Amino acid sequence: MGRFFALLRFQIKTLFISPSTYAATFLFTLLMGLIYFLILQELGSENSKNSVEIFLSLFWIPVLFMVPMLTMRSIAEERKLGTLQAVLTARVSAFELVLAKFLACYFVYVFMWVLTAFFPIMTSYAVSHAAIDDRIFSVSSLISSYVFIFVSGAAYVAVGIFSSSLTRSTFVAGMLAFCLLFIMILGPALIVKIPVSSEYLSAAIESASGYVQPFKALEDFSGSVLDTRPFFFYFSLAAVLVGATSLITEYKAS
Amino acid sequence: MDLSEANDAKYSVVAENLCKSYGSARAVKNVSFKIKAGEILGFLGPNGAGKSTTMRILSGLMPATSGRAYVCGVSVANNPALACSKIGYMPENNPLPEDVRIAEYLRYRAGIKGLRGAELKRRVDEVLDVCGLARATSRKIIGNLSKGYRQRVGIADTLLGNPEVVIMDEPTIGLDPHQILTIRELIGSLRGKMSVVISSHILSEIELVCDRALIINGGRVVASGSPAELRREFMPGSVYRISARAGAEDMASVFAAVGLEMSVADAQPQEGGYTLFKIKTPSRENMGEALIREFSARRGLRLRSLENAAPSLEDIFLAATRKSWEQNRSETEADFNKK
Repeated sequence: MGRFFALLRFQIKTLFISPSTYAATFLFTLLMGLIYFLILQELGSENSKNSVEIFLSLFWIPVLFMVPMLTMRSIAEERKLGTLQAVLTARVSAFELVLAKFLACYFVYVFMWVLTAFFPIMTSYAVSHAAIDDRIFSVSSLISSYVFIFVSGAAYVAVGIFSSSLTRSTFVAGMLAFCLLFIMILGPALIVKIPVSSEYLSAAIESASGYVQPFKALEDFSGSVLDTRPFFFYFSLAAVLVGATSLITEYKAS
Repeated sequence: MDLSEANDAKYSVVAENLCKSYGSARAVKNVSFKIKAGEILGFLGPNGAGKSTTMRILSGLMPATSGRAYVCGVSVANNPALACSKIGYMPENNPLPEDVRIAEYLRYRAGIKGLRGAELKRRVDEVLDVCGLARATSRKIIGNLSKGYRQRVGIADTLLGNPEVVIMDEPTIGLDPHQILTIRELIGSLRGKMSVVISSHILSEIELVCDRALIINGGRVVASGSPAELRREFMPGSVYRISARAGAEDMASVFAAVGLEMSVADAQPQEGGYTLFKIKTPSRENMGEALIREFSARRGLRLRSLENAAPSLEDIFLAATRKSWEQNRSETEADFNKK
């Protein structure tokens, strides 16, 4: 276990000394800050949802760019430099290595999203207006929405790590992660729009896409409904991808 | 192979009939060897001979298609984790992360090799000292280091876990002569403390550092032994380089007088009427002194220089690989004729 923590500590340290992490964090907070600012401007005319709900419903925009930037180097660069072999000869299994990389990237992912939680918190302190207080900051909505972001993030980061294990090129790994995430996040919403002649098939597609549909799950979470199905779906997907990545990494290293 | 042989404390590494195939291509063919505890063994062979593949099999990175390998009595195939714990491996080109400091990297490597707390700190300080990475240098970022210092970091890493066997794939590749000398001294200092396996195609380096050399060609071990043993096997006899004012008949007469059979392999005229002879004799005995006496006793013969030139490892390597190529060719022809 001590070996694993040494590995995890080093992976986190490597991410925090990498300029790309700071670039990703900067761009992410800038983009999210801008989105939040625009939402606040429109808040006076909106009367249904609160700012956090609208803000986090756009989570997929930064995820599509931030996750590939964060994960593309993880295994692809180790393979390119040849450091993967050196790690695997030091009594570390491919699974331990992949898990450490996954957890390190996930830690940074969570850290970046936690930064954005300060936007509504700071705004609620700065703006004290009874009429819009509820729409700026609702503790239950904030917590449950962020729980969804963190739960789904596990699967998104695992997709990024998986993509990184398939190639030596960080650029290709990044592009691959972007495409897979695009399919994963927007695919279920788009597939139901394809006209299908069979009603039975159409209902089956709708039902299946509803299960993997992140926007539906986020809506439930924002309404403080903690459904266990998304937990099971995203965590099991993350586990399968981490397992598959370990097998690929072990195969590529030999 | 007798299991007791693999468990024999005398041997750190025992490999028997190791084979590795990639599809129909066989990279390693029945490679067998033993490495004594504390011995420095050189893997010698042209590019693509199977050196790196054999080393990767020994270090547990790659499974052998068939055959067995034991490290300190532990089977690499059956218990790779335990076998790995006894090995320090430095891959070819010594890949290192670019953005971290030397000391940070070594602390991390020590951590994943199972060292903790005070022991970790002590061991990191020890290897920094052994590898000449002073305290100030250890704070440098690896990406800014010269190739020589990077190699030192790689060697320091292999020594961290106090391994019984150190495997280094081309440790001096791309270094300048000063750096090669430093790394050679560093490897030499490990003699007797742990078994060291180094691969190289720089023959002089193997000759200077290693107790024994294993020549691999086409995936096969074509020769094995100390440089002296290899000379006896592949280069029987002696070669004399003599610069003298004499003819070939005079040389034959001088050699006959000291009781040596000889044949003139080469004769190059030099200035002042001298000729540089390259003379081969079947005897390994150094008769240089007797030859000088004989030249002095004869009027009209002038001797300028005489050298008993021992064949270099390069000559042995060429002879051994040539022999294996001829063997391979005759085997291929025999297979073809059978078909």
